[in-house]
Amino acid sequence: MLDVSGLVVDYGPVRALDHVDLVVERGSITAVLGSNGAGKTTLLRALSGLHRPRDGAVLLDGHDITRLAPEDLVRLGVAHVPEGRGVIAELTVEENLRLGGLWRRERQWLKAGTGEMYDLFPPLAERRHQRAEALSGGERQMLAIGRALMSRPELLLLDEPSLGLAPRVSARIVAVLRTLREENGLTLLLVEQNAATALSVADRAVVLHLGRKVADDTADTLAADDRVRRAYLEV
Amino acid sequence: MGRFLDLTLAGLTSGAVYSAVALALVLIWRSTRIVNFAQGGMLMITTFIAYTIVSHGGSYWLALIVAVLSGLILGAVVERVLVRPVEKRSPLDAVVVTFGLLVLLQGVAGMLFGGTPRSYPPAFGIAGFKAGDRQLLFAPNDLWIVLVVLVVMAVLALVFRKTNLGLRMRASAFAPEVARLLGVRVGRMLTVGWALAAAVGAIAGVLVAPSTFVSPTAFDAVLVFGFTAAVIGGLDSPPGAVVGGLALGIVLSYVAGYLGSDIVTLASLVVLIGVLMLRPQGLFGSTKGRRV
Repeated sequence: MLDVSGLVVDYGPVRALDHVDLVVERGSITAVLGSNGAGKTTLLRALSGLHRPRDGAVLLDGHDITRLAPEDLVRLGVAHVPEGRGVIAELTVEENLRLGGLWRRERQWLKAGTGEMYDLFPPLAERRHQRAEALSGGERQMLAIGRALMSRPELLLLDEPSLGLAPRVSARIVAVLRTLREENGLTLLLVEQNAATALSVADRAVVLHLGRKVADDTADTLAADDRVRRAYLEV
Repeated sequence: MGRFLDLTLAGLTSGAVYSAVALALVLIWRSTRIVNFAQGGMLMITTFIAYTIVSHGGSYWLALIVAVLSGLILGAVVERVLVRPVEKRSPLDAVVVTFGLLVLLQGVAGMLFGGTPRSYPPAFGIAGFKAGDRQLLFAPNDLWIVLVVLVVMAVLALVFRKTNLGLRMRASAFAPEVARLLGVRVGRMLTVGWALAAAVGAIAGVLVAPSTFVSPTAFDAVLVFGFTAAVIGGLDSPPGAVVGGLALGIVLSYVAGYLGSDIVTLASLVVLIGVLMLRPQGLFGSTKGRRV
C-alpha cells in the first residue's frame, strides 16, 4: 500500500533521515522502532506532508504522494495522529471529533461517526461537551485516534501512542487498534520507542538509528534477535 | 446625575465603535498573531467608498452594504498578497508590512480625495431622545450604532460556535498544523478571517463617520482606542474586545466630561499602560504570554 524509497529529510544542516526504504502492506501493522532522535517522528511527518523530503519517493497504491500537503493526503485516506496527540485543548471533545470528519462534507457521517467513536471509546462519550483540556492522557490519545478515524482513513500513522500512558490504558488502545485492523482492514504504521509493546502488536518492524534503517524484518524475528535488541532497542 | 447619565450614554455609543474596531483586531490576532495596524487605513478606504456612493445620491443602506463587501474583498486581498509572505517570518516583519500598508492607504486616499474632511450622513436622527422634558445625549442614531455592534458580535459568536466554518477557523487559529492534518485548508481560513475582520472594520467606519467625518487620517484615533480596547479585553477574546470597547468608551467619556476633552487621548494611554502593567493578559485573555 505504501512504498517509500530512498527518503532523505534534512532539518537545516542536520540529516534526519538518510535514504530510508519502507514497505507497508495493506492491512498490516508495521512498527517503526528506534531510540530518541532516530528519525521516527521525522519519518511520519515526511509521510504525511508536514515536512518536505529532500529526496526520495513515497508511493501510495502506486501514486506519487511525495510532495502532497497534509490536507490533501488526508483526502487520499492517510491520517496522522501526531506526536503528543495534538488534541486541540480549546475545543470540546465533540468538536475535535467533528473536525476530523468535516472535510468529507457528509452531514450524516458526522453524526454516525461521532457515535461510532463514542462506542469505541466510551470514556469520551461522558465528556463529549467538555473541552479537551479536561481529558486525561489516555483519553486524549483515544480522542486523537478517534478524530483521525473520523476521516475514515485506509492508512493510519500513529506517533508514540503509548507514550506516558499507564500500561492498562495503552493495552486498551492497542486492543482497539487490533480490532480496527481485523474488522475494517485498516493499515497501521506505528512509531514507538517502547519496542516490547510495538513488537507485540506489529506484523513487521523496521529499526531506525540516527536516520538510517538498520533492521527490517517480521516482528517475531526482531523480537528474537538479541543483536538488534541490545544495539538499538534496549532502554 | 443627569450629566452622569449623559456621559455614560455618550460613552456607550463611542465605546460600541471601539468594540467593533477591537473585534476586527482580535479576529486577526487570534488567527495570525498579527496586530493589524493597517486596520484604520482599511476601514478609512471602505468608508471613502461608502462616502462616494452617498455623495452621488446613493442611499445610506446601499453605501453600508458596499462598504462591507469592499471590506471583505480588501481584507482577503491584503491577506493573500501582503500578509501571506510574512506570516511565517518574524512578527516584526508583519508589523512593518501592516504599518507600510497604513501609510500607503492614507497616501492613496489623500491623492484621490484630498485631505479635507467630508461630512457623512447618519442613519437616523441625531437629536437626543426625550426623557420627560429633558433631552438625553443619546439619539436614535446612537441606539443604531450600539445595536449594530451587538448584532455583529452575536453573529460572529454564532458563526464561530455553531457553524462548521467557525469550527475550522477556530481550529486553524488554535493549532494550524493539527488542523492541516485533519484536512482543514488553513490558508483559506486565514483569508476568510482577514476578510471578516475587514468587513467588521468597514461597519465600524460607516458607523463612526458621521461624528469623525471622513478624511485620510480621520480614523487614526479610532484605531488607537480600538487597539486599547482589544488589549483591555485580552487581544484574543471577542467578548473581551466588546466589553473592553464599551468600558473604554465610558471611561473616556467621563474623562472628557469631568476633566476636559484635551486629555482623552492621554487617558487612553494611561489605561493601556495600566492594563499592561496590572493584567497583561487582559480581562478575558488566556494566561499565556503575550509577544507584542
